[in-house]
Amino acid sequence: MHFQKVIRDLTVLSNIRLNDRHFVLDLMAPDPLPTMLPGQFAQILVEHSPHTFLRRPFSIHNVDYHQNTIRFLIQIKGDGTRNLSTIKEREILNVIFPLGNSFSLPVTGKVLLVGGGCGVAPLLFLARFLNQNHIHPDILVGFRTKKEVSEIESYAKYGNVQVITDDGTEGEKGLVTDHPVFQKERLDYRKIYCCGPEAMMKAVAGLARFHGIDCEVSLENTMACGFGVCLCCITPTDKGNERVCVEGPVFNTNRLNWFGS
Amino acid sequence: MTDLSIDIAGLRFKNPVTTASGTFGYGEEFLDFMDVGQLGGIFVKAVTGKNRDGNPYPRMAETPSGMLNSVGLQNKGVTHFCREIYPRIKNFRTHLIVNVSGSTVEEYVEVAARINELEAIPAIELNISCPNVKLGGMAFGTVPAMATEVTAAVRKVYGKVLMVKLSPNVTSITDLAKAVVDGGADAITLINTLLGMAIDVNRRRPVLSTITGGLSGPAIKPVALRMVWQVHKAVHVPLIGLGGIMNATDTIEFLLAGASAVQVGTANFIDPTVSLKIISGIDDYMQKNNFKSVSELVGALNTD
Repeated sequence: MHFQKVIRDLTVLSNIRLNDRHFVLDLMAPDPLPTMLPGQFAQILVEHSPHTFLRRPFSIHNVDYHQNTIRFLIQIKGDGTRNLSTIKEREILNVIFPLGNSFSLPVTGKVLLVGGGCGVAPLLFLARFLNQNHIHPDILVGFRTKKEVSEIESYAKYGNVQVITDDGTEGEKGLVTDHPVFQKERLDYRKIYCCGPEAMMKAVAGLARFHGIDCEVSLENTMACGFGVCLCCITPTDKGNERVCVEGPVFNTNRLNWFGS
Repeated sequence: MTDLSIDIAGLRFKNPVTTASGTFGYGEEFLDFMDVGQLGGIFVKAVTGKNRDGNPYPRMAETPSGMLNSVGLQNKGVTHFCREIYPRIKNFRTHLIVNVSGSTVEEYVEVAARINELEAIPAIELNISCPNVKLGGMAFGTVPAMATEVTAAVRKVYGKVLMVKLSPNVTSITDLAKAVVDGGADAITLINTLLGMAIDVNRRRPVLSTITGGLSGPAIKPVALRMVWQVHKAVHVPLIGLGGIMNATDTIEFLLAGASAVQVGTANFIDPTVSLKIISGIDDYMQKNNFKSVSELVGALNTD
């Protein structure tokens, strides 16, 4: 399926700081938004610095086709995201979207969404989409600490949310894979969708594989263009080196060489 | 009325703005954003004899005003190009020029001979300057005798316009330029990326899997301009300049230094439509400064 990609100047509707490291940007388009699906991402141009030469890729956190707005949940990692975190209402950002593939839909039966840190970003859009397709997912979100736990009410609208923090200051204590959700003898999910740090995704994919459950992850490789021409963001798959920005960012973990060959 | 068209080795380009190999895919990836038929030409992604997986991830590091890459000529080989890709792109209304790469003289010759059969490809660009593959590429581009040898070997099997892309990673760019002209090159493209590296101090490791990679972007523009200017004075074949071009002003600098046309490279990653903006920017400049033909700008630098 081909999604029409567009380059648009979007207006900052709001920039809300969630905590020390995360913020939420709402951007508004002057005209109707193209169709996009959960898992897809956008390339945002961050101007005014020799150190932020390339665009920055962010997965789409949510979309409102009535208001023509797109939401991004962003973690401050370097100069580009720090620069973006200070942007004010009514400023303009140049954005290329929607890019990449999406989580495979629709599915039937019980599904589990697992997000870690800023990796929760595409899962809100996914949870909403699943909900629209009459699926009420289980959603497990992991954060470092209570201060970083955010937007739980948003996820709760679409599924059963469970929280785990590294230090146990909210919800269960430990890594997402330590959560009771994964401690059952037999997991009865039809599918697990996961996004977060690579070590976390590998651990979740390993558990999914152990229980014979289909697992899709959203990868976050460094990329230059975001639309398939620079060949920088590749990941080894069963079809050779594939582009995370076009054939991904979502991959079924059976196709990645994470478990040896 | 301004005339943006330009002649390069007998081939008429509708304007001097083309896109650099490895930054524009096969053109198809840009169809959502623009009419590629407005470009002077497209230098398509490097083609080698056989499939190449390229280098492991990570292949890219952002640097001040530029980026390093170590893609390593990933492509599915010349047969795949001729059978699968060529039929899809051959009707683009612009010059399609194939970047021909290899590790041995035989591989360059084999690929060039195959591309020679493709009617809609009026020229090739011999890539003797890729810094990211162990065997080949750059060795041919750094030793003048080898550059002459591979150019001459390809010249024998390739009847259309033969361009050779030079590496800046040499002591004397003019020696290499003369060497490829001796081998029979019709035009010279310069420059490929500058060899560089980036280090992650937290991990105390190189950022790229290959340790070193090719630097591109505005960071290399002054080096590229200097080399175009030197080569323009040294040889009498047309030059296609590239290296860090981001806008029309950059492009005009290359024309003044002696390039007949330019390639827009890394800028495509940031603004896929930048080439079209550059074309209209050149037109504005010519109108403001009363130039009728873009050819009047080529080598028009006044150094008195």
